[in-house]
Amino acid sequence: MEQSTGQKIATALVGWGLSLLMAFPILWMALAAFKTESQAIASPPIFFFAPTLENFAAVFERANYPHFFLNSVVVAGGSTLLALIIGLPAAYAMAFYPTKRTKDVLVWMLSTKMMPAVGVLVPIYLMFRSAGLIDTRSGLVFMYTLMNLPIVVWMLFTFFKDVPKEILEAALLDGARPVQQFWMLLLPLTAPGIASTGLLAVILAWNEAFWSINLSTSNATPLTAFIASFSSPEGLFWAKLSAASLLAIGPILAFGWMTQKQLVRGLTFGAVK
Amino acid sequence: MKTLAALLLGATALVGTQAMAETTLTIATVNNNDMIVMQKLSKDFEQKNPDIKLNWVILEENVLRQKVTTDIATQGGQYDIMTIGMFETPLWGEKGWLSEFSEVPVEYNLDDVLQSVRDGLSFDGKLYALPFYAESQMTFYRKDLFEKAGIEMPDKPTWEQIGQFAEKITDKDNEVYGICLRGKPGWGENMGQIGPVVNSYGGRWFDMSWKPQLDTPAWKEGVTTYVELLKKYGPPGVASNGFNETLALFANGKCGMWVDATVAAGFLTDTKQSQVADKMGYAHPPIGKFEKGNHYLWSWALAVPASSKEPEAAKKFIYWATSQDYIKLVAEANGWAAVPPGTRTSTYETPEYISAAPFAKLTLETIETADPTDATQEQVPYRGISYVGIPEFQAFGTAVGQQMAAVIAGQTSVDEALEASQALVTRAMKQAGYLKD
Repeated sequence: MEQSTGQKIATALVGWGLSLLMAFPILWMALAAFKTESQAIASPPIFFFAPTLENFAAVFERANYPHFFLNSVVVAGGSTLLALIIGLPAAYAMAFYPTKRTKDVLVWMLSTKMMPAVGVLVPIYLMFRSAGLIDTRSGLVFMYTLMNLPIVVWMLFTFFKDVPKEILEAALLDGARPVQQFWMLLLPLTAPGIASTGLLAVILAWNEAFWSINLSTSNATPLTAFIASFSSPEGLFWAKLSAASLLAIGPILAFGWMTQKQLVRGLTFGAVK
Repeated sequence: MKTLAALLLGATALVGTQAMAETTLTIATVNNNDMIVMQKLSKDFEQKNPDIKLNWVILEENVLRQKVTTDIATQGGQYDIMTIGMFETPLWGEKGWLSEFSEVPVEYNLDDVLQSVRDGLSFDGKLYALPFYAESQMTFYRKDLFEKAGIEMPDKPTWEQIGQFAEKITDKDNEVYGICLRGKPGWGENMGQIGPVVNSYGGRWFDMSWKPQLDTPAWKEGVTTYVELLKKYGPPGVASNGFNETLALFANGKCGMWVDATVAAGFLTDTKQSQVADKMGYAHPPIGKFEKGNHYLWSWALAVPASSKEPEAAKKFIYWATSQDYIKLVAEANGWAAVPPGTRTSTYETPEYISAAPFAKLTLETIETADPTDATQEQVPYRGISYVGIPEFQAFGTAVGQQMAAVIAGQTSVDEALEASQALVTRAMKQAGYLKD
């Protein structure tokens, strides 16, 4: 299946076109962050302009960015770590020592993601209030761990499933205990999968807006609350909102960029046998 | 040794400030320009009250509404001061969720606060919030386009005239649309605009026994007027335009006329944000058949939830933020055109304000003549001009708004949309127990 030069060029063009189309909203936002408010709403849209940093100045003047950033790092990192600590043994047990009910448990876990979050807002809020967890980082870490756990367990489960059982049996014959199997065989074998699961959990927690905005007030507010404070129902705000959004997604974008090799490798892990 | 002394001094200073700041107030507010100014100027309050520290939570309107509603309904006690609207204030006051303003200090001069706004923020004669700013509706138009077409805007236009004017100034080839109005679905978006039009054609949401009235000729006439204007002379994609989208269109010179919130005047006359700042004309909101109820009244107000642990300090801040002195403070910092409008008679008696804001008199007039307790031709069991003052309204108001947006987008007819709306409002009212089967 050799491709002719024409075909190659056509594929490349289509690929680039599609990627540009998908990246356009983000590029447009990045551009708007450096415009004045009236340039940001100008019609027809302006592509060439003298960039200004006034939006960033306004954003920094009004809000304490490092505070939000630190909260995002703690909450996203903490919840991912916790979800992996709980998810790894759970997935291990389900993949290698399944019972009759394992499938049902997996489906049940996933089903908790099917209900819209707002449906349980009031009960969760009440529980958080009683437990003194509203507006605390530990509250958000707890919430995100629960939120990401089904996905983490499912992903890890599929990665573990792809490991031939014979390898583990061989190790067992050599006298390796389950804990040793786990550390010395399974972890190295599925490291890319575990890494991509962790990365996905970080990204999901970083971008989660509903719970973070509703369960935090001022102490534990992550970057999603930071963005929400720059949108306005009355008045022009596109340029400042774009600047705030750029500041909020910048770190996770850079993080994703640096780790994309692991991410892609993990997500296609075991796709071809 | 020097370092040690400096450290000790620093530590003492830290302890000192902690001992001074005994009370922390958490303030939830919307990200509107006037509130951002308040946050900036609040240093003045903190200087005058060194024992009170302010903690700001600024959010977009819908997010804020969801958050403060959750918090107040569960008595979460996260906030000491909430920015709420005229819709919520009487409802929450009735439920006992808000702390009453019963003993307002004499120097606050409560009588100076506009009566209609105070009434809107009261329930059963008890005041539950103080207004930060208030707004009504007016007609904005482009003087240059009117001149070119050889027409003149009367002080109180009718919707019929608006249609005639729109026909004359629409120039779609040059992207000039005769009229821009909101189409975006939402009880506070398109329904906030359509409601007053329906009132003005003699319609109402409910009769005295809470039976929905959306299948009446008055609704049909009001909605048809609104929709036809947009279909014939409106900009493309108008079904998704809310306040900000329409503001952007008008500021870019794409609209000949616009009927909407009076606060838009401030943005449209600001040369930094608007290309048409020197071409602005203002008139009363249009009349269908009756003048009564043809313009709404809205206020963003500051209230203290009953769950606040520091109600006295919170009220102290609210007295500061809604005082005459605060308005003067804004004028000194940002000029008179930037002061929060629509709350105090004294603002409108200040010559500097009247000359800085050419729309000021009209704003005051529309606010004073808007009466949420008497906005319809026939009697109604609810209060509100552009909304129905019951908690269920947010849900069914938005659902009807979606029907209206579908008509504007050409997906359905006025008759079908009103029939569907009547059915869905009837269902909502049965579920809520207002109507028996």
